[in-house]
Amino acid sequence: MKFLKDRIIEWRPHFEKGGKYERFHTVFDGFSTFLFTPDSVTTQGAHIRGGMDLKRTMFFVILAMLPAFIFGMFNVGHQHYLSTGEFTSVGEGILEKFIFGALKVIPIVVVAYGVGLGIEFFIASRKGHSINEGYLVSGLLIPLVMPPDIPLWMVGLASAFAVIFAKEVFGGTGMNVLNVALTARVFLFFAYPTYMSGDMVWIADKPDTYSGATALANSIQGSTGFCTTDMFLGFIPGSIGETSKLAILMGAAFLIFTGIGSATVMISVLIGAGIMGLIFNAIALNDFMRLPFWNHYLMGGLMFGAVFMATDPVTAAQTERGKWIYGLLIGMMAVMIRVFNPAYPEGIMLAILFGNVMAPLIDHFVVQSNIKKRLARA
Amino acid sequence: MASIIKLRRGFDIKLEGQAKKENCVAVHTQTVSINPPAFRYSTFKLLVDVGTEVQVGTPLLYDKKHPSVVVSSPVSGEVVAVHRGDRRVLQEIVILADQQQKHIEFGPLNLDSMDATTLRTSLQQAGLWPLIRRRPFDCIALPDENPIGIFVSGFDSAPLAPSVDFLIKGHEQAFQAGLHLLTRLSQAPVHLGIHAAQTQSAALLKAEKVQIHRFEGAHPAGNVGIQMHHIRPVNKGEAAWYVHPSDVVILGRFVLNGRCDFRRRIALTGSELKEPRYVDTFLGASVQSITAGEFSGKKDVRLISGNVLTGTKVNSEGHLGYYDHQLTAIPEGNDLEFLGWLLPSYPRPDISRSFLSGWLKNRVYQVNTNTHGEERAFVVTGQYEQVLPMDIHPTYLLKSIMYQDIEEMEQLGIYEVSEEDFALCEFVCTSKIPVQKIIREGLDLMYEDSMA
Repeated sequence: MKFLKDRIIEWRPHFEKGGKYERFHTVFDGFSTFLFTPDSVTTQGAHIRGGMDLKRTMFFVILAMLPAFIFGMFNVGHQHYLSTGEFTSVGEGILEKFIFGALKVIPIVVVAYGVGLGIEFFIASRKGHSINEGYLVSGLLIPLVMPPDIPLWMVGLASAFAVIFAKEVFGGTGMNVLNVALTARVFLFFAYPTYMSGDMVWIADKPDTYSGATALANSIQGSTGFCTTDMFLGFIPGSIGETSKLAILMGAAFLIFTGIGSATVMISVLIGAGIMGLIFNAIALNDFMRLPFWNHYLMGGLMFGAVFMATDPVTAAQTERGKWIYGLLIGMMAVMIRVFNPAYPEGIMLAILFGNVMAPLIDHFVVQSNIKKRLARA
Repeated sequence: MASIIKLRRGFDIKLEGQAKKENCVAVHTQTVSINPPAFRYSTFKLLVDVGTEVQVGTPLLYDKKHPSVVVSSPVSGEVVAVHRGDRRVLQEIVILADQQQKHIEFGPLNLDSMDATTLRTSLQQAGLWPLIRRRPFDCIALPDENPIGIFVSGFDSAPLAPSVDFLIKGHEQAFQAGLHLLTRLSQAPVHLGIHAAQTQSAALLKAEKVQIHRFEGAHPAGNVGIQMHHIRPVNKGEAAWYVHPSDVVILGRFVLNGRCDFRRRIALTGSELKEPRYVDTFLGASVQSITAGEFSGKKDVRLISGNVLTGTKVNSEGHLGYYDHQLTAIPEGNDLEFLGWLLPSYPRPDISRSFLSGWLKNRVYQVNTNTHGEERAFVVTGQYEQVLPMDIHPTYLLKSIMYQDIEEMEQLGIYEVSEEDFALCEFVCTSKIPVQKIIREGLDLMYEDSMA
């Protein structure tokens, strides 16, 4: 460590203003501050600062996603071998399934990080500002919301689109209106619908004879087509990270336990979805409406979206009361889109993006009520 | 007694180096200084020069805008230096203190027969007026305004803050006389905030002629601004006055004895002091005199006049600020820390439950001045709200200041706040945003808009 530390102190002047490698300042800064928390001291305001910074925040979100990520790799392999009929029980061929899944998933992760971070580094060095940690989370979220069979060039294209048009044009991390990872997904969903929906894409390299329909697609007939345990544990086809509700709940518990994710948003999304599901159960005009409401929690990306995407603090509502309204709105919209519009089975994606757009408005009304209270007092 | 005002939001930062109440001794300070930058928005003009002999109570400065407001010398002695900064702005007036103090006699005040105007004039003549400050803006109270209330916070909840009980110990009579004086300065009520559990002093618990409010909760519950917000918030066009309890004692001694007596009890605190304790000395005492080289001496030390959240950096040849009752010494944090964001190599306080410290509420820390990260855009939400016990949306207020929308700042409650109330927000901020600086910029803008 001493060696590295001395090198950083030795090289640092070359990358500062007027130094030989001034152009690479942001890159050097990005790597050196990753290795060593800077030796900067307070110069104004409070003389001491808490230990929390954005690097730690983002890293803890990544930790929370790991169970879903690891399970996702296994499940990609599991679904494949299930479709070919080779290892049909969960316990069989675990290693093969992992290897198959890893070979599918790791390249997607590499492409998502490579393209996204490359663009971030380039823009940061052009603008001369430091590299923000936000993409560390987006770069893992993007693979987790992709179908396992997605072509890599599409991942790259979507990541580039999302980073440039959802984030950088607004001014970078902290300034974006839409969730970056969801923008990547929605871009592919509308640009290449055949790769993002239907029955063919959710199981990697499956034989054509095997049905690859997801629980969401089945539900139009009034039944998910999978047993509840499998849906909860995640042994069903779907996007890479969304299938295991258990793994997602582990991540949710970790985020709430460490105080990094907003429990308010997670709970309110789930309550919103439950309310809408119950309303549909009561109306019961078609088979999907009759599907018991709790199935919505177990299929598709509702849980994943509620825990990892709706909670994105930049794009969510920012006031505490606003977060309740925002979450309820997303949960209700998600189930409504699922049931009313079978062409877009994944309602949570559009619901969260809708919530992102509405969040400033929700906050506006919450803040206005505070202002009104103040004016009434005077 | 009124019900307790419970503040659920806030955070106590527990640090090493709490001042011990034993061995509190009187310390003679070689020099004393007055630092005009402590008086915000006032332009003071010199009435003395280097070499002038002064007594306790001799006017040193007068306010250009309100000439009746003067700052008087806290000690008798000789003016030995006048330091000026950029554009010849006065920075510091240094006075070499006599061993035997000589006082100007103003004559005791009769609180029952003198009216408010006469009392105000007496305080102004004696140079005691600057001890009375106002919100909004945290500047010296305007000599002829009528406040909505005069607030005294009877406890200090800041990190390592001196115990107000102990600051006024032995001066109970003067404290009561000072409170009485405050009630006579205007029609407005005098509000005394005390801690429901920690306040023990009878002078506070049984203070007369004032309204006592009991508070419960972590820092910043002891901030006078937080107490105002819950007792009687300041609206547009209004002013609330406030006085520190030690300064109430100074005012009270003036009432009783008819002369200025600027002796103050100071808490010497922080992990880098060999023996954290209290000393009795003068307002504006020199750091060297009161600490006499008692630093542990291992590392670079940051000396702070005031507490670690809101104090001002001073050097070892410097002096305490006009309104400060505390000196804090902590190590500098100018060292690279390997993966410090992930695996902290030493424990540090934080509200985040991602640290063990977020769970151990009673652990005591040695802190340093490292920023523990770099400045970023606003990302994490809901953090400020956890440590700001006010019905205010802090992020929205900060943003309105950043885009300089004066109307919105007003609507969001800028008149009720001061940077000290937001100091904890700055401490907990994940994005390391200079919150206190932004709040002050907002107040500066409002001041220019409404007062200048």
